[in-house]
Amino acid sequence: MVRRNGTTLRLAALAATALMGATAPALAQGTLRIAMTATDVPTTTGVPNNGFEGVRFMGFTAFDALVNWDLSKADKPADITPGLAESWEQSKSDTKKWTFKLRQGVTFHDGTPFNADAAVWNLDRSFNKDAKQFDPQGSAINRGRPTYIADGGYKKIDDYTIEFTTTRPISYFPYVLTTIFYVSPAAFEKAGSWAEFAKAPIGTGPFIAKNFKPRISIDLDKNPNYWNKARIPKVDKVVLFPMPEANTRLAALRSGQVDWVEVPPPDSIDGLKKAGFTFVSNSYPHVWPWVLNTAKADSPFRDVKVRQAINYCVDRAGLVTLLNGTAEPSVGFFKKTDARFGNPKNAYTFDPAKAKALLAEAGYGPSKPAKGKIMISTSGSGQMLPLPMNEFLQQSMKQCGFDISFEVVEWGTVLVAFRAEPTAPQAAGADALNISLVSSDVSMIVRWFYGDNSTPKGSNWGHWKNPEFDATLLKMETATNQDDFNKAVISMHEMLVDDAPWVWIVHDGNPRAMTTKVEGFVSAQSWFQDLTSVSLKK
Amino acid sequence: MWFFVARRILYAVPILLGVSLVVFVLMKMVPGDAADIMIPPEAPKEVADMIRARFGLDQPMHIQYLRWLQAMASGDLGTSIFTNQPVAQELFSALGNTFKIALPAVFLGFSLGVLLGALAAYYNGTWLDKLFSGVAIAGVSLPHYWVGMVMVAIFAVVLNILPGQGMGPEGFPSSWEHIKHYVLPVITLSLIPMGIISRLVRANVLEIRSMEFVTALQAKGLKGRRVLLHIMKNAAPSALALMGLQFGYLLGGSILVETVFNWPGSGSLLNLAIFRRDIPVLSATILVLATIFVVINIVVDVLQALIDPRIRR
Repeated sequence: MVRRNGTTLRLAALAATALMGATAPALAQGTLRIAMTATDVPTTTGVPNNGFEGVRFMGFTAFDALVNWDLSKADKPADITPGLAESWEQSKSDTKKWTFKLRQGVTFHDGTPFNADAAVWNLDRSFNKDAKQFDPQGSAINRGRPTYIADGGYKKIDDYTIEFTTTRPISYFPYVLTTIFYVSPAAFEKAGSWAEFAKAPIGTGPFIAKNFKPRISIDLDKNPNYWNKARIPKVDKVVLFPMPEANTRLAALRSGQVDWVEVPPPDSIDGLKKAGFTFVSNSYPHVWPWVLNTAKADSPFRDVKVRQAINYCVDRAGLVTLLNGTAEPSVGFFKKTDARFGNPKNAYTFDPAKAKALLAEAGYGPSKPAKGKIMISTSGSGQMLPLPMNEFLQQSMKQCGFDISFEVVEWGTVLVAFRAEPTAPQAAGADALNISLVSSDVSMIVRWFYGDNSTPKGSNWGHWKNPEFDATLLKMETATNQDDFNKAVISMHEMLVDDAPWVWIVHDGNPRAMTTKVEGFVSAQSWFQDLTSVSLKK
Repeated sequence: MWFFVARRILYAVPILLGVSLVVFVLMKMVPGDAADIMIPPEAPKEVADMIRARFGLDQPMHIQYLRWLQAMASGDLGTSIFTNQPVAQELFSALGNTFKIALPAVFLGFSLGVLLGALAAYYNGTWLDKLFSGVAIAGVSLPHYWVGMVMVAIFAVVLNILPGQGMGPEGFPSSWEHIKHYVLPVITLSLIPMGIISRLVRANVLEIRSMEFVTALQAKGLKGRRVLLHIMKNAAPSALALMGLQFGYLLGGSILVETVFNWPGSGSLLNLAIFRRDIPVLSATILVLATIFVVINIVVDVLQALIDPRIRR
């Protein structure tokens, strides 16, 4: 990238500016312009697509869930906080029942009230196929992240109380409600369809979505009447631009077209810092793994020794250097500093000797390398820089006796493979998938690792099954006090590290770059971020 | 003449049918459909089935194709599986955005190409010929997305006088604030047509210059510039045909250039539709683009026929 230095260039810039009488357009004070990595403006109907980046920018901004995330702290992993529900309680007599007390006095952006009727109407949108507001695409997304809500398992108790019934006792139920957002039923009635509603969406969130231009931008205006006075946005407006190409985002930031970019290219960071931009990073519960195939008859990863060996053969420090510090080594699903990490027997380091010894125990050696074909993508949501990162791993793993080859495909093909069985043709014979999966909370552990949630029914792609893990998982789900819950989670995590269904490679550093005008941003250890605390220096 | 036009239009029908069939078959060969990409396995089967049924993804490919043809014939371009918006709305907005840069780009490319080509031929063998030919070869040879990135680095990042991405305010560009968003993408897109047309015009002019009628014109006492005019008139039909083709290509939207400049045109729409397996968007876009391509070619053929009576025969 061309750097901003050199007298000649500066003179040329001055001359050209004077000649053309044009600089960047003067924008209204208080407009924060953000370049997302998404390929499109995430769906605006209150069920954002484009993965969790969509939820980050088109979920918690214009809408609220019953349970929100507290994104105000950077020093520990984010946890949940009351949203449209003020409080919730699991029934002691029937642990499948949950009562949610709704917040009173909340209105949608169109002035209509949020209450139990509105809540049930919104749940019907995703869970009742006979409701006129039933939204198949929205339902697929909302129910695709398992909610465990039983058939017809929600009802109004009074104007500000609703009750949920789950299919089995789920101790972490409030967590699964954090991505179901609530929109104005009156606004939908007025619009007549979700396609029309998408043009002027109405929620309860701290921002009001306006001026939606598909594939170009959307404005999020400050909602001065937001129910949480502590979170009334400091900026007047946020404009979101989908900008999937990293160099385009970089140029947009450096030329003053945006104030904030998601995921700047790692090799641009030093230049950005030198040019006076702020680089923000704080690793979060995001794992960039290889999901190992334990179902394929000839997969070397059926053997736990091979799974441990490959985890001892990841040069994580080298990879972090390759990524210019935008990631941190991962040796488990949670970060090592997380209280839930526990004390697993295996503390993975880059130890080729140990890896070779484990491989020898599993029957592999110099004359018989452990061969693995990994399906990798060329790009994709949360995939970081898949090509150079995987090539780096391939080289370092050679030292331990692994012979790694790649099946390189586009992102959609990885998604299709991930949703089929690991032995299906869609997997193209892969022994592992390199797919970055959401690790926002405990519910995701169930999704990716529970033996009963194997593909194609669920999302445990590799069909890893550990009876002890599954038993502990059920204990965790049925726990009714925090201590039992925590103990079970820690025990499950230790098994995940030691039994190694995934190759733990790195945690993404959540990198962003912004101009020095941007103040007050707290980089939460989360997939989501709070834009309400951000202000712009004049 | 009218018979000529009617015949060309009739030829277009099998071409368009063929294009649509190829698109359908290719999409069938790609693993998975839109529902596979959109719907996680945990989503209830009935919801997945509803989406598949609504978009006909549960039908055999030939039924899907015939239904789609029927809808197209009645002017219904369908609905996007991902955005739920009418395809016509998305497509025509994207095409409009591409048109806004493709038209000036082809105009710029054609004008510069003809000028540089004619001058290179006129000054054949001199340093001017080498200079103009060099520019033309560079235009064809340099990857235009790379040129785009370099121009963004220079004009947007270092000099900060032109925006490096996006198309600015909505509507017809009338102020400099608006027009400046167009400068870099238009120049970038014009490079290839400029280079190709310039090479063709130079070769044609050189060839025509050696023909006997030019000697005859010179023998009649016509001055150099008047002679060049006659030469250009003879070189025009092939340049025009090439311009038509280039315009068609540009309207298809350059995925790479639109990506570099974050331009919400037909190239980026097509790209998005491919990655999402959004068949309604993809097939309608391809068909409309193919139609435009065919129409442009018919227009060019007619124009050629008007200029050159030999073609009509």
